[in-house]
Order: sequence, then structure tokens, then C-alpha cells
Amino acid sequence: MIETRQLQYAYGAGQPLAFPDVAVAQGTVLLLSGPSGSGKSTWLALLAALVRAEHGSLMVAGQNLTPLAGRSADAWRARNIGFLPQKLHLSAALSVQHNLELAFWAAGLPVDAQRVGQVLAQLGVAELAQRLPSQLSGGQAQRVALARAVLMQPRLILADEPTASLDDAAAQDAVHLLVQAAQGHSATLVIATHDARVAQALASCMAVSPKLLQLGPAPREAASSAAARRLPA
Amino acid sequence: MNTLAYAWRYVWARPMAALLNVLLLSLGLGSITFLLLVSHHVERAFERDLAGIDAVVGAKGSPMQLILSGVLHLDVPPGNVPLAAVNALKKNPLVAEIIPISLGDNLQGYRIVGTSPAYLKHYQATLAQGHVWDAPMQVVLGATVARTLGLQLGQQFAGSHGLGAGGHAHGDQAYTVVGVLAAQGGVIDRLIITDTASVWKVHESAQGVDEEDRQALEDDREVTMALVRYTSPLAAVTFPRWVNTTTAMQAAAPALEVTRLLHMLGLGADVLRAFAAMLLVTAGLSVFIALWNAVRERQGDLALLRMLGAPAGRIGVLLMTEALWLALLSALCGLALGQAFVLGLGWVLGLQSQLMATGLLWPNTLWVVPALAALVALCAAALPVWQAYRSDVLQLLQSKG
Repeated sequence: MIETRQLQYAYGAGQPLAFPDVAVAQGTVLLLSGPSGSGKSTWLALLAALVRAEHGSLMVAGQNLTPLAGRSADAWRARNIGFLPQKLHLSAALSVQHNLELAFWAAGLPVDAQRVGQVLAQLGVAELAQRLPSQLSGGQAQRVALARAVLMQPRLILADEPTASLDDAAAQDAVHLLVQAAQGHSATLVIATHDARVAQALASCMAVSPKLLQLGPAPREAASSAAARRLPA
Repeated sequence: MNTLAYAWRYVWARPMAALLNVLLLSLGLGSITFLLLVSHHVERAFERDLAGIDAVVGAKGSPMQLILSGVLHLDVPPGNVPLAAVNALKKNPLVAEIIPISLGDNLQGYRIVGTSPAYLKHYQATLAQGHVWDAPMQVVLGATVARTLGLQLGQQFAGSHGLGAGGHAHGDQAYTVVGVLAAQGGVIDRLIITDTASVWKVHESAQGVDEEDRQALEDDREVTMALVRYTSPLAAVTFPRWVNTTTAMQAAAPALEVTRLLHMLGLGADVLRAFAAMLLVTAGLSVFIALWNAVRERQGDLALLRMLGAPAGRIGVLLMTEALWLALLSALCGLALGQAFVLGLGWVLGLQSQLMATGLLWPNTLWVVPALAALVALCAAALPVWQAYRSDVLQLLQSKG
């Protein structure tokens, strides 16, 4: 599903960030951790074909992303990537229903209202379809954002610090929901976090331990660090 | 929902800003609509009323006054000229036709014009009722006069002295309505037309008792001016000079005087136009600031759209559409405002003004208004769109706020 080799990315003329090689099968849960500045967001951006690697190769869902750019990258992303950002970015001007339909607009596809209803129902928020984001609780908003992430049946779901602003119980719920949604769609799930509670929540809801990709504190260390390793219990 | 619908929602997500922008843009566009309509009305009125008149011959004085008083019926005439002198013009081979005009009286502000039936023919006036006069003291009413004063065929009235309402009445000499003209949309609608002899009859206090007296009176008769049509366009060069140098009268060319008048009006219009342009620039800046803030506030949302697979171009189109919605609403409001101003002005000035036709008009120049609205909106949107276009989606991933 995800296979990287000698992946590097540099901001402008700065020191390039080098990433450890990774090979992950479809349906895996991968926990991406590391301190701030270690390149977690960059690695997610590379996986989402938002930026192009300067060096190395990157295969995601059978597609070589290294040469992919512009509109073809956008189209590929619309079909294959679901994204759950830390700040949910639900459009305040639009109802829950329209926020989800916006994903079809973004992908340049006709709206499938039935699919929207189905996903909202799966996540238990069908009755909120006509509400505005300002009328949702934090947990409801999280579910709506998750519904948007899985709406297009992506093969890869990227979650960026999904628990950062949540209390312990809500954080556990959020992780459980995320895993359920990913498994329900047979999607690979990558969670970028430095929140230790995520690992605990994953351990409590998964029979198989998730994979861990630890990015080093500095680019040089990251380059020499080991490839994906098992999460310690 | 499609791009249009999303853009509409985003515009109204900030209702106060949207309303303020529509208001500002509407004021600018309304002013421009007003200016365009007024200049269209004035030019059209001039063209229509001056058509086919090559020169106006009257008493010496301001040539523009002669045109304004004798053709457009907006001003008082500079004085009278002897009938004999006007008749002498007919002998000039450059003159194809002469129509005498005698002014002096009015009925409730509507001018009573003494002339010949050729005047009606010149304006291609058709009768809605009755017939053209066949004796002095019979009148044909313009359509507006008949409608507003409610005069019917066969009714009699006395004129008042002077050209504005309020002069002393010629109670002893009554006119009889014998015809009503069909509405034409020109100056003739607002006139009461009669034979030149009627005007003489009303104003000549002395009555000739014998043939010699009558002859003496006739020799002294005057008209206010004469409308002249040339036999050849070349006459425009020589005829006015000939009149101005060899007679006690002056000849004025309507085309020349109206150009001069429009030029003078044009100076005023330029000031108004500059003012309207300033309003538009202000409105454009306001739209720019609103969109710029909207893009800054929504930077994360827009980056998320990119994450969902929207090409940068589609997001640019969304923002442009938001600006165009504002432009469309403003253009509609501005056009309505401008038309309402013109109608209001026509109503306030009432029928005193002979330049302002009533009713809604859509001259081709008015297409400038929606075009300007779109241009201002697109210019205002350009920088915010560029800002959104080059925004780094990575920043969304990295900004934890």
C-alpha cells in the first residue's frame, strides 16, 4: 500500500528532510510519531501528493507519486486520500450536508446525496445533516469531519493530531471511531501524533498492534533511523 | 450544490460585509446609470426635435437662446422680427422651406405656438382626433397638453400672456380646440399649435377700420422666428453669414449650438462622472478588503478543499464567483437606482422639462454598467485569488491553531 525508498524533501534551499524507508500493507494502521519539526506533516503531504519528493521513490495505492503533479495529483488525491485535520475546517457557512457535498465538488464529481446520508448514518450523526457547524458539539463536529474523510471511500486515511484538543475520554472515542471507520472501508490509516494517549487507545481497540514510524528529532538522525518498527507495548 | 450555489452561501456567510459592499457598489453604478440615462435622454431629445431644421432665423442676440426658445421651447426668445423680412428670405435660392414661429402666450405653462401647417408636417405629426385649423383662433393640442389639461374637441379657452404660467389672461379672445395630435414623444406633445394669424389677432389691440389701416397693420406684423430648411448642404456655409451681414436678423445653426450646449453640459457631466468613478473605486477597494479578509479567514478551509482534491483553479473560480455575485447584485441595484433617479427627476421637474422623456429606457450604452461591475469585482478579486492560489496546503497541516 505504502512503499517509500530513500525519500527526501527540502524546504527551499534548506537542509533536506530524509525519511526512513517504509513498507505497509493495505488495511494497516500506522502510527507516525516524532517531535515537532521532525517532518510528520511533510511526510503526510508527500503521501497525499501535495508536494513532490526531490529524491527517492514513493508508491501509494499502486501509484508512483514521484512524477505526479498538478491536476493529475489533485484527481488522484480526491479518489484515494481521506483527510482528518487537527482543526476540522468545517465551512461555517454550510450545513453538515453541504460540507460533505463539498467533497464531491472539490473532486469535480456529481453529488451522491445517498452516499452522504449513508456515511452520516454510519457515524451516528444523520440527524445533524441540516445543522450548521456552529450548532455542533466538539464530538459531533469530529464525527462530521471523519464522515467527510471517508466519504469518497479512500484507500488511505491521513489523520493529523486527531486528539490534540480532546479530553481523555473523547480522545479514546475519536481513535476508536477512526479505526472503525478505516476498517469499515478497508482503508489504510496513518495517524500522525505526539500524543501518547493515541497509542494506548489503539492498543485497547485493535487485536493486532499498529505499526509505528518514529521520525527523529533532527533531519540527520531521521535519515539514519531505522525503518518502521513495532510499537512497544 | 454547484460553484454558483457555494459562492452564494459564502457571500452571505458574512451578511453585513456583503450588504455594505453591495450598497457601495450600487451607489457608484447607480450614479453612472443616472448619468448615462440623462445624457441619452438629452441627446435623443435634441436629435428628435432638431431633425431637419438647418437654421433658425430670429432677432439678434444669443444664437443658443434662439435655438432653445424656438426649437426646443426651453427658453424665452430674444425678440421678434418683421414678417416682411422673414418672407424676403423665401426669395433666397438656398432656402427650400420656411416655417414661421410666433410665441407670446401660454395656457397653464404650455406654450401657444403660432405657425403654419408646415410645422405639423415637418414633425410628421398625425391627428388623433379632429382636424388641422382652417381659421385663426382654432388650435391643435399636443398629446401631453390634451391629457393633462383634459381639454376636448370644441372646448374653448383663453391664453395667458407670457411663456410661463401666471401672466394676465387674454379673456376676450378665446381659442377653440379643433384637433388633438397623437403622442410622439417629442417637444410637439407639449405645445398648443395654432395659425400665426391667431397670435396677431390676440395681440393687435388696434383694429383696421378701412383697407389702408389694415395694410398698415399688416406691414407692421412680426413673427418670433423662422425655421429654415436648405436646398443644399452647401448653404450651411453661406446662408448664416448672408443673414447675419445683410439683414437685421441673425441665423443660428441648431447642430452647432447644440454641440456647444452639450459641450457645456459635458463639463458638468465630467465632474459627476469623476465622482461616480471615485465611488466605484472606493467600492472596489471595499470588495477587495472583504475578499482579502474572507480568504485569510478561510485559508484553512480553502487548503482543506485542496486536500479534498480541488485543483487550485477551481478554488480561484469559487472566489471569483463570490465577487461576481456581489457585482451582479450591485449591477441590478445600481441600474434600478439610476432608473429610479431619472424617473424621480422627470417627475419632480414634471412637464416643465421638455428634455426628459418618461418611462424606462435601455440605451445600449447602459451595458457599460454590468460590464463595469464585473470589471471592478474581478479586479478586486484578483489579488485574493492569487493569495489563495499560491497558499501552501502544507501550512494547513502544520498550523495547529
